This record gives sequence, structure tokens and C-alpha cells, in this order.
Amino acid sequence: MDLTLARQWMDAFFEDLKAHKDYLSELDNPIGDGDHGINMARGATAAQEALTQSPPETLNGLFKTIAMSLLSKVGGASGPLYGSVFLAFAKASLDQDTLDDKTLSQLFIDGKDALMNRGKATKGEKTMVDVWIPFSERFNQDPLTKEDVDAMVLATKPLKATKGRAAYLGDRSIGHIDPGSMSSGYLFKTFLNVRDHS
Amino acid sequence: MTGIVLVSHSGLIVQGLAELLKEIAKDVPLTTAGGLETGDIGTTFDRIEAAVNANPADTLYVFYDLGSAKMNCEMVQETADKTIYLSGAAMIEGAFVAATLISAGAEQSVIDGQLKPLHVK
Repeated sequence: MDLTLARQWMDAFFEDLKAHKDYLSELDNPIGDGDHGINMARGATAAQEALTQSPPETLNGLFKTIAMSLLSKVGGASGPLYGSVFLAFAKASLDQDTLDDKTLSQLFIDGKDALMNRGKATKGEKTMVDVWIPFSERFNQDPLTKEDVDAMVLATKPLKATKGRAAYLGDRSIGHIDPGSMSSGYLFKTFLNVRDHS
Repeated sequence: MTGIVLVSHSGLIVQGLAELLKEIAKDVPLTTAGGLETGDIGTTFDRIEAAVNANPADTLYVFYDLGSAKMNCEMVQETADKTIYLSGAAMIEGAFVAATLISAGAEQSVIDGQLKPLHVK
């Protein structure tokens, strides 16, 4: 995956976030503060503007620009979380012109680690981590499909939240899909789509 | 010099708390990051970093309200040149205690000792 493809991936992700803005906020309503869609769409718009204004010339620059845009514009917990993910992506792609499967695998592992560090989250707490762990672990083993990603996102539904604002709700958080996992699902599915159609 | 930075999802919260602190500790350098630049509720790395940089003190106690504010504060703490103590104390009580003690010239160990029982997050 070179810079052009990575840029296509990111644009597809941002378009997905904007298109599903209301749905993401709707998922966030019962277990959060109902602003995940609005926050992520605001970040997506800011990132796209920054990329248009000064188009990055390297993969590192692409991910760094996105990280800084999300950090400065998202406004909710997903700002520092996704910001940390893209900073980890930037670091993993430093001095690389293309991302081969090995580097991509490392990219997702580093993103997952950054997320766990920043959010002090572990497996099974009904957070984004619950899709990042299986995706990054299985990336190198299985030819992952969009259906696999959907299954990972859906698997957050029966979990009881023990982290983040949803944790205040205890058992009431059971039965709802985690909104952050849904938006991470968009990141993974747009990746698979761009990779499989290039 | 030691100062205070207040971080909240709401601009009105930091504005009100800053007013309160100025009553008891006019001389303590105080800056705030409340809400988003659009006026919406939330916190961002950029606004917290700006409040840290705008504060004339080089040692700062930072008080915040909720979880996502904490993560943004931690990122600023990791990248800032200043010495930043990110306090998990209840925001109003913690900032009030710190302002009182900084104004009285108390040592850091005394301030930390007084903040400890106020930790809620």
C-alpha cells in the first residue's frame, strides 16, 4: 500500500464517518453522551481539509496530519484515542514508501497498543480495544473479510461496559453495540476494501 | 513559579471556578481550557496545550473534570516542556486547595499531601 492508496483508504474512512454520523451518535445515545458521530464527523472534515490544504508527501506525514487534526477537533474521548492510533501509524510508517503486509500488521498492532495505553483499557471492557485486538491478531493469519469485521463489532453488543462513560451504566450497557468499535470497524472495512480493489 | 490550569468540557465551568480561585489567590498564575473553540462541549489537546503555554508559570498543577479530558491532559503532559502535575483530585476542591497553598508559598510535598485525600479519579 503506497501513499496514494493510503490516502484513498483514509478518505473512504472519513466519508464513512460523515455518512454514518447520525447512526454513530444514535449508538452512543443509550450508553454514552450521544456525540460520537458528531465528534468523529467534525474530526473527519478537519482532517480532509488539512490534507487538501497541504497534501502530505509521505505516509508518515499523512498519518501525522490526521492525528493532529483529530486531536485538535474531535472533542470527545475519541480525539486522544484515535489521535494516539494515528500517531502510532505515523511512527510505524516512518521512512517507508509502501506498507507491505508485515508493516501493515505492525501498524495495526502498534495502533492497538497505543489505544490500550492511552485509554488504560484491556480486553472485554466494551471499548474499541475489543475490535482492535481481534483484528490486529488475525490480520496476519486469516484473509479477513468485511463480514469478519462486522462480527467483531457485533461481538461488543453483549459485553458489559467497565470502562469509559458507559461503565456508569453497568448492566444497562449490555445489549448495545459500542460506538467506538463501530467507527473502528469502518476504518478496518475501508482498509480491506481499498486493499482488495487495488 | 507554580501555577494552575483548569480543564473542563464546559467553558462556563472553568470560568466559574477561575472566578472562585481569584477570590482567594489573585497572585497564582491561572489559565483555563474549557469547551471547544466552537463553543461546544468537549476538550481538545490543542486548547489544553494553549492554556499550558499561556500560563507564565513553569510548574503547573492541572485539574480536569472527566475521562476524555484526562487523556488529552496526559498527551499535553507528555509533550510539554513545563513540569506538569496532573491531579486526579475532585476539580473544585483540588484547585481550591492548590491555589490556597501555592499562594501561601507551600512546598510541593505539602500541596501533594493535601490533594491526596481529594483524589476521585
